[in-house]
Amino acid sequence: MKIQSMIWKELWQRPTSMLTSLVAVTLGVAALVAIQNIIVFSEEKIAGDLESLGANVLVLPPSVTLQDYYSADMHGHTMPEEFVTRLALARMPGVENLAPKLCIEATVDSIPVTLTGILPRSEFQAKTTWQGVGMFTNAVGTDRGCCATGIDAGDDDPNSLATTRTIQKLGERDVILGPDVAAQLGATTGDKLNLLGEDFEVLTVLPATGTIDDGRMFAHLHSVQELSGAGPVVNVIEIMACCEDAAGSLITNLSAELPDTRVITIAQVVETQVAVNGLMSKLSWVFFSILLLVGGASIASVMYANVTERRKEIGTLMALGASRRFVTRMFLGKAAILGLAGGFGGFAFGTILALILGPQLLDVSVQPMPQLLAVGMFTATVVAVAASFLPARHAAGLDPCLVFNDA
Amino acid sequence: MYELKSVTQTYERRGQTVTALDHCSLEIPDNDFIAIVGPSGSGKTTLLSVLGGMLAPSTGEVLLDDESLYNLSIEERTALRGEKIGFVFQSFNLISWMTACENVQVPLMLCGQSAEQQRERAMELLDRVGLADRTEHQPAELSQGQQQRVALARTLANDPQVILADEPTGNLDSETRQQVMKYLTEFHDDGRTIVMVTHDQETAAFAKRTIRLVAGVTQELNIADAA
Ligand SMILES: Nc1ncnc2c1ncn2[C@@H]1O[C@H](COP(=O)(O)OP(=O)(O)OP(=O)(O)O)[C@@H](O)[C@H]1O
Ligand SMILES: [Mg+2]
Repeated sequence: MKIQSMIWKELWQRPTSMLTSLVAVTLGVAALVAIQNIIVFSEEKIAGDLESLGANVLVLPPSVTLQDYYSADMHGHTMPEEFVTRLALARMPGVENLAPKLCIEATVDSIPVTLTGILPRSEFQAKTTWQGVGMFTNAVGTDRGCCATGIDAGDDDPNSLATTRTIQKLGERDVILGPDVAAQLGATTGDKLNLLGEDFEVLTVLPATGTIDDGRMFAHLHSVQELSGAGPVVNVIEIMACCEDAAGSLITNLSAELPDTRVITIAQVVETQVAVNGLMSKLSWVFFSILLLVGGASIASVMYANVTERRKEIGTLMALGASRRFVTRMFLGKAAILGLAGGFGGFAFGTILALILGPQLLDVSVQPMPQLLAVGMFTATVVAVAASFLPARHAAGLDPCLVFNDA
Repeated sequence: MYELKSVTQTYERRGQTVTALDHCSLEIPDNDFIAIVGPSGSGKTTLLSVLGGMLAPSTGEVLLDDESLYNLSIEERTALRGEKIGFVFQSFNLISWMTACENVQVPLMLCGQSAEQQRERAMELLDRVGLADRTEHQPAELSQGQQQRVALARTLANDPQVILADEPTGNLDSETRQQVMKYLTEFHDDGRTIVMVTHDQETAAFAKRTIRLVAGVTQELNIADAA
């Protein structure tokens, strides 16, 4: 028998009192782990989404409140398509590409789908009034929304939609499928789909991007407008702008050109998101601290009760030659086990919470983070041991003579 | 060899001073077997505590093998207790959540023996007190007499030179009392010194000599025949 096995055995004599006091510690660690975990992965997701997203300015109908930048077109409010023409003709410096969208709900074989109408670049070029608008003949669209690498205007691979959110050509009865929706429908390139009463041919299935686009299908804006009876309207105009210009005068110019719209830059969205995350992160530390304090206090009181209840046992051990150090170690060792268990339990619980809640609340998929295990176990152990310090000292200071008196 | 030199122990409680031992002097040679008798509250337990290095007397000196117990530090005294002194208690003081074997192992663990050594020695000792078949039982599963025998085995674990027993038979019926006293006598025959507090004349008769404590003062009663 060793002191460790002795502590372990005693712990399981009446585990309930200890386990209840452990709950607070466990919850503290769980709150921290869950929130931090979601934050980290939501930040990674934002970064990832930014990379896969070309647009960095959105023009929206004025009544729209932006919940999620990536589903900015799913609000049901519309504005005239004519706004696109106005923007194109205004030839604002910094605007590299315009992508108007109209989203509607449709069904294919009675499976509900989201159909997004998009305007291929060829439409812009076809309009004689737009000819000479340099931006559509030179390098248009970039993969990051900043004026870095241009994409060849002649690139007519339909898969470019996935990376640049623009496409060169799109026929009136063509449809492009995101990978998720393609899998759902069991459709591949060349298949025919009945949409809004017309037959569409699948032009391509896009590669996965991890964004909302994966679950969508895309068709020509004008076909969507016509078949859905929506008329010449759009939900959103995505604008790929040079970063410097987007930060500078472009927003003012856009607002001036289209006063009846809301103009939002991705920088604003990201800032808001990051600020929310920062707040959540701070809150998680507050929860963590409060719950650890509560847990610590409760462990301390349970330890005191444990010492009182084991007075005779402690006296006996002392009579048999147990030093004060041994008695202290016996209680601190027990506290350390509780702390480690609480830290581990909290990590497990918090990670499970994050795994469940992350996708549901924030649409973020989450992986366990071992570094949080270390933080959780370390802090919980320190708190449990610190809380047990005085009870342990009290135990070590007991008078061994009580072995006789308590008979 | 134990020597108490004019030991006085007073307790201060609620403004009152209680004198539990009053200039008590006593010599206990090696391999002695003493019974201490006396009325309740006469200081018997106090005397055992002082002998056991657990209670520093208010005045006076306690020598064990010419070493002054209370000149040692608490840690040294604790270590010495683990090494040289064994205790037997009226209510056995077994640890309720340990098996008989584990209870006997405690003193061995405290002095740092390996798990195998501990177990081997504990089994041997339990066998000696006739409990070889009860080693894995917890105290609650044993009779009072069996519990006291486990306690006796635990006392022997570190092969102490002195055994201090406070009413070791106080909770036992006369048959088990005889049994426990038989073992204590055996331990005495092994060469150990035994100091035993008892209320019971029959039990006291097992000792070589009897000391009577009255109001903290010792009186030698009789010295049993050496034979
Ligand atoms: N911790 C203590 N605080 C105060 N007084 C004490 C304490 N321990 C013992 N006393 C007092 O000292 C005196 C001697 O007590 P002690 O326990 O030694 O008597 P005893 O002979 O063992 O009695 P009993 O036969 O009832 O066990 C008693 O008057 C008792 O009240
Ligand atoms: Mg007593």
